[in-house]
Amino acid sequence: MTKSYDIVVIGGGNAALCAAMTAAEAGAKVLILETAPKEYRGGNSRHTRNFRCMHTGPLGPLVDDYSEDEYFADLMKVTGGKTDEHLARLAIRTSEDCLPWMQAHGVRFQPSLSGTLSLARTNAFFMGGGKSLVNAYYRTAQGLGVDVLYEAAVTHLELEADRITRVEYTHAGQNHSMSPKSVIVASGGFQADTDWLTRAWGPAAQNFLIRGTPYNRGVVLADLLEQGVQSVGDADQCHAVAIDGRAPKFDGGIVTRLDCVPFSIVVNKNAERFYDEGEDVWPKRYAIWGRLVAAQPDQVGYVIIDAKSLDLFMPSVFPPLKADTLEELAAQLDLPASALCDTVDQFNAACGDTTNFHPTELDNVATTGITPAKTNWARPISEPPFYGYSLRTGVTFTYLGLKVDENAQCSTQNGPIANLWAAGETMAGSILGQGYLAGFGMTIGTVFGRIAGREAAAYAN
Amino acid sequence: MQTDLLTEARRQAEICNACRYCEGYCSVFPSMHAGRAFSDGDLTQLANLCHNCRGCYYACQYTAPHEFDLNLPKALSEVRRDSWESFAWPQPLARKFHSHGGAIALALVLGLALLFLAIRAIGSAGGAGFYAVLSHNAMVAIFLPAFVLPLVSLAISLRRYWRSVGGTHLRLANITHAVGMAAKMKDLAAGHGDGCNFEDEDRFSHARRFAHQAIMYGFLLCFAATSAGTVMHYLFNMPAPYPFWSLPKLLGTSGGLLLTLGCGWMMVLKLRADRHIGDIGAWSGDLGFIALLGFSGLSGLALYAFGDTQAMPTMLALHLGAVLTFFLLTPFTKMAHGFFRLAALIRDAQRSIDGNP
Ligand SMILES: Cc1cc2nc3c(=O)[nH]c(=O)nc-3n(C[C@H](O)[C@H](O)[C@H](O)COP(=O)(O)OP(=O)(O)OC[C@H]3O[C@@H](n4cnc5c(N)ncnc54)[C@H](O)[C@@H]3O)c2cc1C
Ligand code: SF4
Ligand code: SF4
Repeated sequence: MTKSYDIVVIGGGNAALCAAMTAAEAGAKVLILETAPKEYRGGNSRHTRNFRCMHTGPLGPLVDDYSEDEYFADLMKVTGGKTDEHLARLAIRTSEDCLPWMQAHGVRFQPSLSGTLSLARTNAFFMGGGKSLVNAYYRTAQGLGVDVLYEAAVTHLELEADRITRVEYTHAGQNHSMSPKSVIVASGGFQADTDWLTRAWGPAAQNFLIRGTPYNRGVVLADLLEQGVQSVGDADQCHAVAIDGRAPKFDGGIVTRLDCVPFSIVVNKNAERFYDEGEDVWPKRYAIWGRLVAAQPDQVGYVIIDAKSLDLFMPSVFPPLKADTLEELAAQLDLPASALCDTVDQFNAACGDTTNFHPTELDNVATTGITPAKTNWARPISEPPFYGYSLRTGVTFTYLGLKVDENAQCSTQNGPIANLWAAGETMAGSILGQGYLAGFGMTIGTVFGRIAGREAAAYAN
Repeated sequence: MQTDLLTEARRQAEICNACRYCEGYCSVFPSMHAGRAFSDGDLTQLANLCHNCRGCYYACQYTAPHEFDLNLPKALSEVRRDSWESFAWPQPLARKFHSHGGAIALALVLGLALLFLAIRAIGSAGGAGFYAVLSHNAMVAIFLPAFVLPLVSLAISLRRYWRSVGGTHLRLANITHAVGMAAKMKDLAAGHGDGCNFEDEDRFSHARRFAHQAIMYGFLLCFAATSAGTVMHYLFNMPAPYPFWSLPKLLGTSGGLLLTLGCGWMMVLKLRADRHIGDIGAWSGDLGFIALLGFSGLSGLALYAFGDTQAMPTMLALHLGAVLTFFLLTPFTKMAHGFFRLAALIRDAQRSIDGNP
């Protein structure tokens, strides 16, 4: 790389690409440094399926309306108020304008996927999912003259006074450095660095699975925090959900989700139940279960269902273990058989009238007299064959990140850093302190990626 | 059918069924997502609904080197060819020609030789124009069986297909729906109307769709030209040769041009495309078939261009030989796909319109 660039964008996911395209359209010469090889480019963005979009009247694939206030209220509900209202409203308001912008940059949408009708009003689904979005953006960016270097891992940004003076990276086994006018960090969180996660979470984190890319190891984040760049969020905050325990350590993505918990009982490795499986519909509970499972011995749970529930949920990527008796199932799952039978017996005895059972609504078909209770969809586990899944904690992303202002600009205690901006997951903590609203990650990346690109180009020009 | 191919397609379909990101691309996914488990018949039907646009390959977050190793276009195209070969009658012919371009070339040589021989041995029976080279009766004697036998063979194959995919009684609405889909090659536009990911990685383009349209409509025009000639010959007692401003010539010339250009274009696209996202085993057979089809069109045009010269008898033999080979090979080459695809679309209409799973 002998060329000189106005802007270096660190990362190759949604936020990075939105920033790069915007900056290139403003006339800047842009280089993307992506640590992943081409086949794995696109970070967590390649696993996404939709983004949440405000709109007045039907827009693209979206039906009816979704107002700024409703969107904001939804956000407040999931974050328990830990939200920066100013930045959140900025993201929400700009999201409406993002949809046509995305289409103009090659993204295609499709109607809400089967099994997700509840999102048809609020979330616009990418046709082919996030990887096709990423592919389209790479094509558009390259058409705009953006250069992309794969397998280029940024190791250090040199901060001198209020400026980044040097970007250091490795490529093809060699160290390189360059001094662009502006730098945009869009390299995600640090969840793929198990050691860091373990320092923050404790030893339990070693058993966590990482749902997305193995390349988001927080190298640039750590480097900047060490140099006094202002941070936001706590290292022990992460978004985690309960997924199929057989999922790969990294990059299992969407298919590892398991939607059967509400129709099951879930036990730990001692075959004891530990939480109300029927507290609410699964999309509102899968994140809570990520934490619940993390708190169990060996960070594992076991889901038990019987024949009558098998077709009530989205098919799983790995078939369930199957047995004609609970004892056999216990053996397959490596659970103490007699304890499992006792637990099931007690649970079954606590089930009452199930005539009002309704799989897609809170039906109040509840247990009586056991703790923990199951408050909806409580039907006895009695009809063989029995089926079992293991359940583990799957981390989606971490919250600790760079604190930015409404221009996506980073700062130190002494004030703004003149030529450093951040976008996407790496600054999402500036907006949400905890909790998560489906589709908001891509909204943040698109909105702040575009802002960062605009500001970085204005500075460089 | 080959169980290893079915097993691999099933493994991949189960991953897709848990993912569903590609639902909007084509008819395969809505049909796939209608069930939870995939019988051999289901997979055969899915395979014949796929037209290898590759949209779902480039969009997939699970392609190699990911351990899930998704390559649905390849898995389905292998099952697809296996289904054509397994249902074909006589089966050994299909197993030869689908996968061997060389066999097709050899068949062409034989077809040409047969025609030269016929011209030599039978020759004219006092007719004019082409019939001065080979009598009309001789042509009919050669081409009638060459037309009917493949149709019988195809009918047998399609019946086997229909049974295997659990098709029910045909209704007109199913057929009109399917023909409408095929006429517009709706699936080839992909769900968003931007075309396939064929010749240049993940870039969407209509090239393949347009080339395929040219081939299909070119072929149909040529077919219509021959039919028009037959009708004029028998019903109106107007034997060939026909002037340029006549139905057979107008249809034939435009059809021949479309067919030749379409086949040439398709071969260019196929040579550029990544062979590993399709059925590698069928690559040479497919290319041989397109070449044969294109040669049929080209030799027809040449026959017209040189019809008044010394070269005419040679041209006639080349053209008729190519057409003869093409017809005879129809049930055993890529040409069969049109019939299977239509059957698959009709079956899919039964599922989606009639709610008949
Ligand atoms: C399975 C899954 C499904 C999801 N589904 C959705 C969804 O449907 N909707 C939604 O809104 N959100 C979803 N999310 C969250 C969403 O993925 C993120 O919010 C979003 O992708 C963040 O985009 P980003 O560009 O900031 O980060 P990423 O897309 O993760 O990109 C980070 C990039 O930085 C690169 N990088 C990292 N370190 C370095 C370095 N040192 N040098 C150079 N490059 C580096 C990485 O390789 C990667 O390309 C999902 C997440 C997961 C895991
Ligand atoms: S091809 Fe890949 S992205 Fe598409 S549905 Fe299947 S698993 Fe999902
Ligand atoms: S290759 Fe195209 S037609 Fe075949 S399944 Fe994939 S998207 Fe559908």
